Amino acid sequence: MTARGRTTALATAMLVLSMAVCVLLLRHIDEIRPQTNNEDVLYLSSPKIIRRASLGFNGLMACIYWTRAVQYFGHRHVAQNRSYKELAPLLEITTALDPQLVPAYEFGASFLAPPPPGGAGEPKRAVELMEYGIRQNPDNWHLYYDLAFVYYTELKDYKRAGDAFERGSHTPNAHPLLKLLAAQMHEHAGDFDTARMLWQATYESSNQTEIKENALEHLRSIKVDEDVTNLQNAVTRFQERTGYPPASMWELITAVGLRGIPVDPDGNPYLMALDGHIQVQNPDDFPFITQGLPLGYKRGEAPKLHVRP
Amino acid sequence: MNARVAYIASNTFREAVRDRVLYNLIAFALLISGAAVLVAQISIEIERLVVVNLGLTAVTLFGIVIAIFIGIGLVSKEIEKRTLYTVLSRPVRRWEFIVGKFFGLSGTLVVNTFFMAIGVFAALFYVAHKFTASDAYILVALYFIVLEFLIICSVSLLFSSFSTPLLSAVFAFALFVIGSFADDLRGFATLSHGITRWFATAAAYLVPNFSALNVISAVAHQQPVGAQLILQNTLYAFFYSAMALSGAVLIFERRNLK
Repeated sequence: MTARGRTTALATAMLVLSMAVCVLLLRHIDEIRPQTNNEDVLYLSSPKIIRRASLGFNGLMACIYWTRAVQYFGHRHVAQNRSYKELAPLLEITTALDPQLVPAYEFGASFLAPPPPGGAGEPKRAVELMEYGIRQNPDNWHLYYDLAFVYYTELKDYKRAGDAFERGSHTPNAHPLLKLLAAQMHEHAGDFDTARMLWQATYESSNQTEIKENALEHLRSIKVDEDVTNLQNAVTRFQERTGYPPASMWELITAVGLRGIPVDPDGNPYLMALDGHIQVQNPDDFPFITQGLPLGYKRGEAPKLHVRP
Repeated sequence: MNARVAYIASNTFREAVRDRVLYNLIAFALLISGAAVLVAQISIEIERLVVVNLGLTAVTLFGIVIAIFIGIGLVSKEIEKRTLYTVLSRPVRRWEFIVGKFFGLSGTLVVNTFFMAIGVFAALFYVAHKFTASDAYILVALYFIVLEFLIICSVSLLFSSFSTPLLSAVFAFALFVIGSFADDLRGFATLSHGITRWFATAAAYLVPNFSALNVISAVAHQQPVGAQLILQNTLYAFFYSAMALSGAVLIFERRNLK
């Protein structure tokens, strides 16, 4: 090997070795130094200043801030953190930078509105975000739909939900279900049929797999809630008639004339406790049910989403 | 274009290529392909938006940096290497030298933008799996970016015709930043009174209005760009570049090169 070749080989080896040592050292340094939470700090919180600082490239900045909001929410959601105090400012900055960034309104509202740990528990800020989005994109019916959704699911304000559906139904290319939902909301807001219609519309109108799976999960839970409510009413009627609760599920179904023991969407029969309380066999498989939970049952912090293959 | 201008322009282009200016395409390719692949995994529903926004922003910034750093050296390097004297001792007039340099650098940037545009469209096809009619507006945005380059090239030449390379770079970059705020400057002018208003209005019209040439956000959302805007921006960029080049020629004609 020539002198030049030797130098090249030696320098190459040194380069690779030094790089490897640097990586190893950095990994050790990361382990021993105190961890900071830099990602939770918004050094600049004014949308106006950030807009100015973006030098006209606000579309790219909006994408960066939206990705940051998604990451912020995702990390905290996975870590079961109950505080999402930077989420609303991140979404406000994102939408101020790019008012036409519709996913930031649609997903942002669903991050903000639900109570922790599922969301930030800020339904009013979700409403503000959606209203801002509607002002910027008045012809997008999805935004009215999502606004109504927040009113319906989180604030239980059926009148405003109905109004939002109504407003959305007047937009060009609005989904025909909006008019129907507006009427339904004004007349039968709390009904299972209304809830089912709402989630069915969500399932049908979305292209996102995650949203479809979520809608499917809610539809399953609505079915359970409805079944359990009907069965519980039957138990009450039985008790009113006989003076005591049915001794078993068989006694109940015989009394009401059912063909067999009703089953949940997974095919598992509903159970009846000694006091006549109707419950599901596997409550963890239905993260959104409000009826049929065993007495004393405490849902795990992380809802288990039952996703069908 | 006269033959001498064309000759200087082609030499400027060759010199830029020899200076490995087009190597920035590698960085651009890595950036855009990385974004196209990674964004889908870390964000929601903005793959297309990121490719268009990031792609066009990168085309702009890479081009602006090239325009400024090459533009400021076009005259001073020739003086420093003393090659300018060889050129001017031949039947080449000073204005031809400046205009030739301008076309050479502009050509370099157009070629650079052409390859970057291919990268943007390839990444767009990768994330969207198809092209739509509204994607044609991306071409309009790219055209506006090229117009921005023409303005920046001419401004860089103007500064380099009388100042040092370092100061020219500072001036040109500052003008780019101020030009991005041109709309705000105009808004400030309308709010102020008296002599302040007069100065602010003059400044607002004197600096290049880059915000009018920036339609990146709009085309990312597949919004159309009007034919009138295309026409008027073209005329604006043409006349602004002509103004800056005229200034550069005027100064360079009187400059003592001894």
